[in-house]
Amino acid sequence: MTSKLEITAATVEPALLDLPWHLPLEDWPSENIAALPKGLSRHTVRFAHLGDYVIAIKETLPELSLREYEMLKNLIKLDVPCVEPFAIIDGRETPDGEPLPSVLITRHLKFSLPYRAMWSQGLRADTATRLVDALALLLVRLHIAGFFWGDVSLSNTLFRRDAGSFAAYLVDAETGHLYERGLSNGQRENDLEIARVNIAGELMDLMASGHAAPGVDPVAVSGRIVSAYRELWSALTSAQTLSTDERWKINQRVSKLNSLGFDIEELSITTGGSGNTVRIQPKVVDAGHHGRRLLRLTGLDVEENQARRLLNDLDQYRSEHKRLGADEEVLAHEWLSHAFEPVILAIPKHLTGKLEPAEVYHQVLEHRWYMSERAGHDVAVQIAVQDYVTTVLSQRRDEEALLMPNTTGNITLPNPVPTGTITVIDDDDVDWRDLV
Amino acid sequence: MASVTFDMATRLYPGGTRAAVNKINLEIADGEFLVLVGPSGCGKSTTLRMLAGLEDVNEGRILIGDRDVTNVPPKDRDIAMVFQNYALYPHMTVAENMGFALKIAGVAKEERAARVLEAAKILDLEPYLSRKPKALSGGQRQRVAMGRAIVRNPQVFLMDEPLSNLDAKLRVQTRTQIASLQRRLGVTTVYVTHDQVEAMTMGDRVAVLKDGLLQQVDTPRNLYERPANVFVAGFIGSPAMNLLQLDIVEGGVQFGSAVIPVAADVLAKTSAKKVTVGIRPEGLDVTTGAGLSVNIDVVEELGADGFAYSTATIDGVATEVVARVHGTDHPHSGDKVTLGIGEGIIHLFDVESGERLN
Repeated sequence: MTSKLEITAATVEPALLDLPWHLPLEDWPSENIAALPKGLSRHTVRFAHLGDYVIAIKETLPELSLREYEMLKNLIKLDVPCVEPFAIIDGRETPDGEPLPSVLITRHLKFSLPYRAMWSQGLRADTATRLVDALALLLVRLHIAGFFWGDVSLSNTLFRRDAGSFAAYLVDAETGHLYERGLSNGQRENDLEIARVNIAGELMDLMASGHAAPGVDPVAVSGRIVSAYRELWSALTSAQTLSTDERWKINQRVSKLNSLGFDIEELSITTGGSGNTVRIQPKVVDAGHHGRRLLRLTGLDVEENQARRLLNDLDQYRSEHKRLGADEEVLAHEWLSHAFEPVILAIPKHLTGKLEPAEVYHQVLEHRWYMSERAGHDVAVQIAVQDYVTTVLSQRRDEEALLMPNTTGNITLPNPVPTGTITVIDDDDVDWRDLV
Repeated sequence: MASVTFDMATRLYPGGTRAAVNKINLEIADGEFLVLVGPSGCGKSTTLRMLAGLEDVNEGRILIGDRDVTNVPPKDRDIAMVFQNYALYPHMTVAENMGFALKIAGVAKEERAARVLEAAKILDLEPYLSRKPKALSGGQRQRVAMGRAIVRNPQVFLMDEPLSNLDAKLRVQTRTQIASLQRRLGVTTVYVTHDQVEAMTMGDRVAVLKDGLLQQVDTPRNLYERPANVFVAGFIGSPAMNLLQLDIVEGGVQFGSAVIPVAADVLAKTSAKKVTVGIRPEGLDVTTGAGLSVNIDVVEELGADGFAYSTATIDGVATEVVARVHGTDHPHSGDKVTLGIGEGIIHLFDVESGERLN
């Protein structure tokens, strides 16, 4: 049955062979399926358990699965946030010898959420805005890497919590192209227009399904992708002309990019013909400014805003514990063992799947701040952690691999044509003109 | 609706040694279905992307109607890239799925309803406007996706290999649907494909590209019957045209033991001693008379007829020759037969330039 399977994978995972590849994905038994929420997809996509982790499986044509597999590998090499390709499987057949589609397998991104599952009581306007901001940042990073997406949407993105914001990851690279020489303005504009229309459509659909809180304005939220993107793109790439006595502004530009989470790898500086002006333009920028610093100091690998938050706390710790001979590295190590780890270790084991450690630490800091404000004095961290565990964390759903019933009908387009009778249960008394 | 004009349009990539698209001149008439076809890397997708505004135009101009759009952003060109990547929204009705982009664009409600209804009539979707996509068949869902582009009333539809993610069966069905829909709508359409069969069955005219250069723009029939050069002759048609380099002799060209008669004024156009002769497989017959002697390698039976793949020795070089044969009454693998010139057009090309002589 599985003798003809052709598996292309970076790592060998024998358990992969135990999955029912001889069945169409739609017919897989529930014991194999992980009921994770998913976005809208043109293809059949399902999540399955594989050993200790979860994989996402997409049925598609062989050439498309190979192309996307290679594309995701390239994006990972370029250090762009995206899902990790795991394997492609070709040569699937039913027991009767009927060919089945090729599949592309990616690893499920732990603690990630699709936009549809972002808020159990419905997507709120401010959440939608933060999601769009995260997507704008992802799109800028992709464009800087020379990637034209072609299908920018919330559905094709996964989000991780990031200290009050979100970090966006590309999930679907099927329509994308990498251009070594970079993108034209037209290509970037086209991606933005696609994003604007798709996001509005997705939010309208969410409203129609009753999963958006009142007050979400699809047109306004989707318009934000354009403004957020442009602002960031200009900050990262625009040229600036300074007079020679304003050279301190070069440092200002660098600091601004740092605060946006970017490092300048290469800056072009040219002096004007008269010698009175200097023109500066960032040539190569690299995301992850705070993440890298935190990683270097503590070994913690976290999202950018979490890193920013943790570094603030670390810097505060350093200023409080300043002493002769203790350099940044030493104090960072001390902060890790005296501040960060005690909080994480105070979380009961059964609650560790709720949120990532860095997110927990961020939330404990927030919680402590609010408790202190209410109490009118500083509340001890130990007390804040206990209170946070009881009143906040234990009430949350598990987000490591969020399990919930699949609420959205999966519309596959345009491949399979349903066979047999289609039962139409529809409210034809609704006049479509009222809905357009 | 509008015409499209490429006026010496050129795309040069920085650092590239030759233009990806080189001084293309192309007039696409209002309402025409034009297909850009060619092998990988020929510049067909780049040409389309230049029209879409996704590639910079380094030299020349592009016009939609009378309007020069060379430097206009994509969204202001009044064009629609058709169903590259449309998702259908499950909780929205067919009407909403078709019309929501108009809502974003700020089109008034009555106008939206009118345009959705008009598109639904064309797409045979009127009875389903209040339904959800789930209640539709796969084909109907595809038409809803097309409806999203149609309601925008664009001047030009652009399609870049839109069938590439479909399986073979659905590809043929959708091909027919797109072609017939385009004719009903009458919207100028530019369509890119690498598949010459797709190009020949869909386009009013087909533009063949190679190495960034336009080789020929013509109706499918003319491309087949009067290819402008050796490249087009070999690219269009399946199985491909036989292209043989034969000696010029008194009264024509030597084809084995036979002489293909060619008018002297045609042969006078070349100074070479040889000429490239193009004969389609249906232009060759197994004969007992004079002709080219070949060894049959394999016969592909296709029902009513078939194709005999054979090898001839021309100037001491083994050359593959394909001939159409009867579906059942045909020679077999290993047979030695003579192929004679049957009915049909003999194409003559200059051996040096590859240009058509007759």
